Amino acid sequence: MMAFDIIKTGTSHFKAMKISSMALVALVPIFIITIGPIFGEQRVVVLAKLEQPIYALIVAVTFTVGLLHFKSGVQVLIEDYVHGVMNKVWIIFTIGLSYLLIGVTLFALIKILV
Amino acid sequence: MSKSKSDQRPLSPHLSVYKWQLHAITSILTRITGNALIVGVILFILWLIAAATSEANFLIMNAVISSWLGQLVLLGSLWALWYHTLAGIRHLIWDHAVWLDINTSRLLGWAVVLGSFVLTFLTILFL
Repeated sequence: MMAFDIIKTGTSHFKAMKISSMALVALVPIFIITIGPIFGEQRVVVLAKLEQPIYALIVAVTFTVGLLHFKSGVQVLIEDYVHGVMNKVWIIFTIGLSYLLIGVTLFALIKILV
Repeated sequence: MSKSKSDQRPLSPHLSVYKWQLHAITSILTRITGNALIVGVILFILWLIAAATSEANFLIMNAVISSWLGQLVLLGSLWALWYHTLAGIRHLIWDHAVWLDINTSRLLGWAVVLGSFVLTFLTILFL
């Protein structure tokens, strides 16, 4: 279980949170302003927007960085409230969910582009 | 895996022993919004995958996000996203060991709360 033990990883965890949060300070407003308006629109409008690489890229980067930030943030939540075996079960589940959602997002965007 | 001594340690934070005030509320809201945003994220991803696959799927997801429950989740997610972003900026400021005195941090707390509502309102108004 060594690989999952939360020891001697505090500094890299702090850096991951700090760097991703700085990126998200820029990404979140850009995402809301550019992608927000197409939410609730007709499919043709949505596809026309996301077929443009710049907008596909905004969604891809925002969701990838956002979900990695989520992964590290939830890990701290779990460490605070859950101990023992369930601590590791929940952390592994969170990591899996985060990676899965990143994968699905990128898959959907690629499917729209090609 | 056997229960080790460390499993008996008390869990933080000890919510029941503190008096609730602005700093505690804005702090726990940062955590709540950050984690709750997964609901909005999953909703957006389902909508995205529906748009990518077929018109029929898209119509289903459009109906979901247009329903009152969908609209409520979206509105909540929008506020949570702005709140968490502003609270995050506050943390980035605090990381430099500045604006930590009671008066400035209280002002910063109110700025985060009010700012999140103002930005949510502006987003709905203009987008």
